[in-house]
Amino acid sequence: MARYAMVIDTRRCVGCMDCVVACKTENQVPEGFNRDWIAYDARGTFPEIQLEIRSERCNHCDNPPCVDCCPCGASHVHERGGVVLVHHDKCSGCKACIAACPYDARFINPEGYADKCTFCIHRVEQGLKPACVSVCPTHCMYFGDLEDPNSEVNRLLQSRKNHALLPEAGTRPHVFYLT
Amino acid sequence: MNDLSRRRFLKISTAAAGAVAASGAVLKAAQRATRKPSAGIQNIPTYCDICFWKCGAIAYLKDGELWKIEGNPDDPLSRGRLCPRGTGGIGAHTDPDRLRAPLMKKSVRGAEEWVEVTWDEALNFIAKKMREIKAKHGPESMALFSHGIGGNFLKHTFKAFGSPNIAAPSFAQCRGPRDVGFRLTFGEDVSSPERTDIKNAQCLVLIGSHLGENMHNTQVQEFAEAIEKGASVIVVDPRFSIAASKAKYYLPIKPGTDNALLLAWMNVLVTEGRYDKEFVQKHGFGFPQFAAEISSFTPEWAYPETGIDPELIRASAREMAKHRPATLVHPGRHVTWYGDDAQRSRAIALLNALFGNWGRKGGFYFPVSMDVPGYPYPAYPKPTREKVDNPGHRYPFAHETITTGIREATISEKPYPIKGWFVYATNLFHALPNEAETIQAIQNLDLLVVIDVIPSEIAGWADVVLPESVYLERHDDLNVEWFREPFVALRQPVIEAPHDQKPNWWMARELAIKLGLGAYYPWKHIEEYFEHRLNAAGLSYAELKKNGIIRGAKQPIYFDEGVPIQFPTPSGKVEFFSLQLQQAGFDPVPKYRRPAAGPPGSFRLLYGRAPVHSFSRTHTNRILMDMMDTNEVWPNADVAMRMGLKSGDRVRLRNQDGILSNSIRVKATERIRTDCVYMVHGFGHTAKGMRFAFGKGASDAQLITRYEIDPLMGGTAMNVNFVTIEPETAHG
Repeated sequence: MARYAMVIDTRRCVGCMDCVVACKTENQVPEGFNRDWIAYDARGTFPEIQLEIRSERCNHCDNPPCVDCCPCGASHVHERGGVVLVHHDKCSGCKACIAACPYDARFINPEGYADKCTFCIHRVEQGLKPACVSVCPTHCMYFGDLEDPNSEVNRLLQSRKNHALLPEAGTRPHVFYLT
Repeated sequence: MNDLSRRRFLKISTAAAGAVAASGAVLKAAQRATRKPSAGIQNIPTYCDICFWKCGAIAYLKDGELWKIEGNPDDPLSRGRLCPRGTGGIGAHTDPDRLRAPLMKKSVRGAEEWVEVTWDEALNFIAKKMREIKAKHGPESMALFSHGIGGNFLKHTFKAFGSPNIAAPSFAQCRGPRDVGFRLTFGEDVSSPERTDIKNAQCLVLIGSHLGENMHNTQVQEFAEAIEKGASVIVVDPRFSIAASKAKYYLPIKPGTDNALLLAWMNVLVTEGRYDKEFVQKHGFGFPQFAAEISSFTPEWAYPETGIDPELIRASAREMAKHRPATLVHPGRHVTWYGDDAQRSRAIALLNALFGNWGRKGGFYFPVSMDVPGYPYPAYPKPTREKVDNPGHRYPFAHETITTGIREATISEKPYPIKGWFVYATNLFHALPNEAETIQAIQNLDLLVVIDVIPSEIAGWADVVLPESVYLERHDDLNVEWFREPFVALRQPVIEAPHDQKPNWWMARELAIKLGLGAYYPWKHIEEYFEHRLNAAGLSYAELKKNGIIRGAKQPIYFDEGVPIQFPTPSGKVEFFSLQLQQAGFDPVPKYRRPAAGPPGSFRLLYGRAPVHSFSRTHTNRILMDMMDTNEVWPNADVAMRMGLKSGDRVRLRNQDGILSNSIRVKATERIRTDCVYMVHGFGHTAKGMRFAFGKGASDAQLITRYEIDPLMGGTAMNVNFVTIEPETAHG
């Protein structure tokens, strides 16, 4: 069984938003909405500043509150790779998942269903990388299988300091940031 | 195409019918909507035009509709990956605010009231006016402002017409001072794409250059690569830029004092003997005079000027020296800042020279190009009068035409009148300082023609607006690039223009024919022109069409690979001391000039780029506007707190001349000094046709009423304006 994860190198990332644009065109995300975004995390006082730039999205959690709370069975964990997806036709647009997600990763598509990052599973199943990973001009994003001990994502997580977002939420997120 | 996009397409078509569109244009859109699209996925290579970098791209169509654009993996510029603007390029095609049909002004200039006309009517009118101007004032009285490769054929028509007055803001409002500073020192320009070997640099110094926000694709890719390889980054900027967050040393310099820092750095390197003595001895001219000139400019001297701790100046200088020759002090690109910009660029060139990095790995490489001969046109008529922009060569080192010199001549009618302007793909209201002068010049014209894809501010002032098809819908000239390796790239249409837009080559050719200059266009379609040039180069057009790019064999780009060691300066050496500057009455070694302070309580206005926009040209692209649809003004957090302002509050900026900006939101941040404010350039649109962008954010250009002219080359320094911040409530 595969377990997909994304690893993002914050040292290389410049926050250019190419990942956001690529997701938008690849997945035809409607105007006014995005499935991923850039967070600028600045700490300190001028001129002693630390700035972490992160490309953020759904964390495809192992313990996804959005799936647990879904009354329609629309939010679900995909059979492959632990990817959290939404059955558009089953979704009633009740927004319970939006309230449950600690990462604010979801929105209601104008078509009426909860929308979010899919890890571009349609591309991954064709052997491609997610759109955001494949376009990034700084090559700061990696995607792969954590179950594979030789995968690049595993190698990076073992060799570099990293963190995930809101580990205290108990969601066991699968997007990791190298620092 | 899925249902959602189909519905959006119809919605956009309906909006078009309600706007200024001609019935013909709507009919064409309706025909397109009913035309049976080709099923499945198609991909067509081309090169991008969202900025001037010209990255190789592959456009994907899904069932006949434009779907997405990716980098062409064969292209050395994009290396298979576009920047966010390139990735968002389809928004230029689907832009509901774009120009659709030729327009002629209905009433007064600037009223933005139009009558739609046919191409024949528009071009006949323009040709008639141009003939009148030529008869009365001479052909030199027509001027062309142009930006990007799309202007090539218009330039050709202008030269055939007999005008030498062809200018781009990229010289006097952007990179000109840099190229002059490097020419004076090494005898050569930095050129574009910059010949900076960023990926091999072990120490990269950025002075005000905000790579990562300034999204020149290959440079940013190489920047990330250098970081990965552990390069030391040193950033000098009054604002803690994205690049600063990657830096080992960040120097929060007081704006306008870069020359003091540069002199102090060179002082440390020379007095501590850390420079490349062999390079300097072999290839340097006037080093002893240079060393004597800078001997008093110690870090302690520079401290009160720059605000940078002398120990930080020393430590950063030593860091640079440690990695030479793979230490690269980036020359920057938009460098028209304070009025002594060519001398600052010369100081940057000299600092690089101390590291001996010219022609060396990790420094400056020698760009190479493919040998593709030009088209054999008849000779152009020789203009009887010199260019109008630089009378008496008052700016002796200007080697390109000065836009603002043409503007000045248009106002003063000296040395001779300029009566017609063609403006291609450059929004002069955001590109040139002091818009009042631009308006004054326009009022002196008998003809103003604007060719653009969007109804920009400058288009609003035109007599005739010619709508150009966007890059995805047209051919442009071959890109025979000067870069790390030789290649030629093709821009070709991937989809039809949705309305009555035309490619610039067609306009330039039709106009030439109407002016009786048909002999200058022996080819009927641009593809004949391509075939002729490519045949002459022994290359296949069929191959270029298929792949979008043809690469040549690698050639030497460093001295140690066999590039001949030559410096085309008067001395044939790297000029640490410049006799040509001395003879022209300028400092032979750069000096520091303390910048003038602003009025009490004001902040120096600084501006820069965002990675998702190009100049003021992408603000009708809905995909890119979804990334960033307005700018913000950045005051320091303490300053904001003292003024009772917090992030998100609306304010207006008032400059030293009383000009009040559009409303703009505050970003109170630790990431900037307390004596300046920052905003992203290009927002605050006032053109009515830019419906989505109208009124969003504030325009820095509007606040740039003052500019200082670089005495060496005529560049207009724009970081010399000061603003106060007024809460929006004060304006009701």
